[in-house]
Amino acid sequence: MQKSLYIDANKCTGCLQCEMACSYENYGVFNISKSRIKVFNFEHAGRMVPYTCTQCAEAWCLHACPVEAIKIDAATGAKVVNDATCVGCKVCTIACPFGTVNYVAETGKVQKCDLCGGDPACASACPTGAITYVDSNWTGLDKMQQWAGKTDTQSRANA
Amino acid sequence: MGWTKKVLRVDLSKGTCKSEPLNMKWAQEYLGQRGLATKYFIEEVDPKVDPLSPANKMIMATGPLTGTMASTGGRYSVITKGALTGAIACSNSGGYFGAEMKFAGWDMVIFEGKSPKPVYLAIEDDKAELRDAAHLWGKSVWQTEEIIKKTHQDPQTRVCSIGRAGENGVMYACIVNDLHRAAGRSGVGTVMGSKNLKAVAVRGTKGAGGIRDGKAFLKATTAAKKVLAENAVTSQGLPTYGTQVLMNVINEMGALPTRNHRDVQFEDARKISGEAMHEKRPSDGKAQLVTNAACFGCTIACGRISKIDETHFSVVNKPEYWGASGGLEYEAAWAMGAANGVGDLEALQYTNMLCNEEGFDPITFGATVGAAMELYDLGILKKDQIGLEAPFGSAQALVKLAEMTAKNEGFGKELGLGSARLCAKYGKPELSMGVKKQEFPAYDSRGIQGMGLAYATSNRGACHLRGYTVASEVLGIPVKTDPLVTEGKADLVKAFQDATSVFDSAGVCVFTTFAWTLADLQPQLDAACEGGWSMEKLTVIGERIWNMERLFNNAAGFTSKDDDLPPRLKTEPAKTGPAKGKVNGIDKMRPEYYKARGWDDKGVPTKETLQRLGL
Repeated sequence: MQKSLYIDANKCTGCLQCEMACSYENYGVFNISKSRIKVFNFEHAGRMVPYTCTQCAEAWCLHACPVEAIKIDAATGAKVVNDATCVGCKVCTIACPFGTVNYVAETGKVQKCDLCGGDPACASACPTGAITYVDSNWTGLDKMQQWAGKTDTQSRANA
Repeated sequence: MGWTKKVLRVDLSKGTCKSEPLNMKWAQEYLGQRGLATKYFIEEVDPKVDPLSPANKMIMATGPLTGTMASTGGRYSVITKGALTGAIACSNSGGYFGAEMKFAGWDMVIFEGKSPKPVYLAIEDDKAELRDAAHLWGKSVWQTEEIIKKTHQDPQTRVCSIGRAGENGVMYACIVNDLHRAAGRSGVGTVMGSKNLKAVAVRGTKGAGGIRDGKAFLKATTAAKKVLAENAVTSQGLPTYGTQVLMNVINEMGALPTRNHRDVQFEDARKISGEAMHEKRPSDGKAQLVTNAACFGCTIACGRISKIDETHFSVVNKPEYWGASGGLEYEAAWAMGAANGVGDLEALQYTNMLCNEEGFDPITFGATVGAAMELYDLGILKKDQIGLEAPFGSAQALVKLAEMTAKNEGFGKELGLGSARLCAKYGKPELSMGVKKQEFPAYDSRGIQGMGLAYATSNRGACHLRGYTVASEVLGIPVKTDPLVTEGKADLVKAFQDATSVFDSAGVCVFTTFAWTLADLQPQLDAACEGGWSMEKLTVIGERIWNMERLFNNAAGFTSKDDDLPPRLKTEPAKTGPAKGKVNGIDKMRPEYYKARGWDDKGVPTKETLQRLGL
């Protein structure tokens, strides 16, 4: 079964546990400026939205890479940057429509979410269930269920 | 290690910024944040110093867990001699600023002297410099943050600043970070303003590293988060209603101070409660509350984000206040609401926004309005002196007075003094409801006896966050005690005060203590920090910090006479509710408390006590 990160922004409180977990998993330090998932705070609307790579099936970044440094992890479906091959040309950062592959000046390479090899630290750290790691075929299941619950079942209740 | 082991020393008089190593011996004895910064402060500053003179210093300090995955690990504190109180001040704030300071590589920043002209401190990792703030002076907190973020071209920059209240010498000015989190009490923002320091902007890309045992730390923080997630207060009450969960509860206990403590129950409490913030308004069909929100690292998320009713009289034609903004917390809703008899939720949201925008403490402000309304009620203050009618219950008066205080206009200048100075000026010092010139928060000590002792002996003046016995007396945490008796409260207050000192020094939020005890904090600290952090060591540190603060206050001129409550709470019995007929038994509890603390009958720590604590 392939799984995907599934984000429900309505549940996000802006605590940044996901950003800390991501940086700790990948760099061994709590450093949100190194996180591959970012929470955006739209202060005047009262909305907090976590955002990261959605692992496109036909990934622009992968196709744009001139040195084939971005490969598909067969187990997770994640598009993974191979640091040894990456030359830091940044073409992938231009190709990605979502801005979720980023250049890191200190290393001269790009970084993006790799789903932590199948156990994403951000999802484990999220205290509210705003970030979950679920069956890719059912990313909308809880929303469906919520709306299903709102459909009129009056006739049965009255029966 | 937990600490970055680096201190930034900023000499505002000379305009210099220097890095120095953290005193690691003191770190082992005082942990961090409140304890460690107070140690630095006391070693460097004369207790008799005028709080607003250049000789006073101000320290912004993080704790060892600030900037880590420990739940609520985003706190920082401001330590100075308080402008309002003249006592040791330590005001704690959440938001994101504290963690960013840590990420830039600094445990604390010490400000000394006074800048000849307005400046702000810009920190980018190791680089720190004072920059001209002429263009920021006269601007609000909200404008200042926006301008600095634009100038630095970095939306990730975090800012704390003073608003016009701090510039104008309002005695209870705050330092506000991330738009609506504040180091709120005792006038720490007034001290900042007196130094011509407008703001601190910080950007950190280094992160918080060097955790002593990473594996053990993740295990300990995960276990502690589970405790918060399984506790009804921290997993349901606080996220759903915020601290406002208390409004109806405390009112029913007969411990909601109303109309400057004339009453202990407010007939309109429900209208300004957390529940009311969820209710749809008739005007626009929307609830005031938009969402709850967390500070950095917090898995509780008690913060309120609200939208005001655009048709409310206070904001008609003022679209700048129509967006989502920091909402009402219990203390602010009480101080500006019940304490003045004002039951208009939207008016309270508006004045709360003004407090955030211009940086002044809603507790002291609200309580000072309450005192002014009583002076007006008694005919001591007249309409022409105030500039308007100011009867108890008037939302119009509250709104106008908040605007006048924010702008430092007319009678707002007098409200900016705080209630102690205001009431003394008009010959009624006994009408100021506070201790050590700092106003009470939202619990009437006739209905919750232990809080009377906690207020009277709090080192920073009346405060609920120094020894929150409400937890025990009302909520039964960790054990239920009878709120109406004085027996056992001396030991209870001491235990809360000492434990809180540790939490305030660790980098985490005191609200965790609804679910955590020291035993939940200890493994997190021990995994993060070198030096071996046992329960015994932490317990002694808590008591050491409390006594150290006490020694400073004693040297500053405070005596046991200052460990007292206003006569109203000792002589005018509660009129209604479960505490009807009760006054506070402070005179009975005080000597018991001194004894429990190992102090003499004048409130001075004995030689043996000091020796035992290594002071």
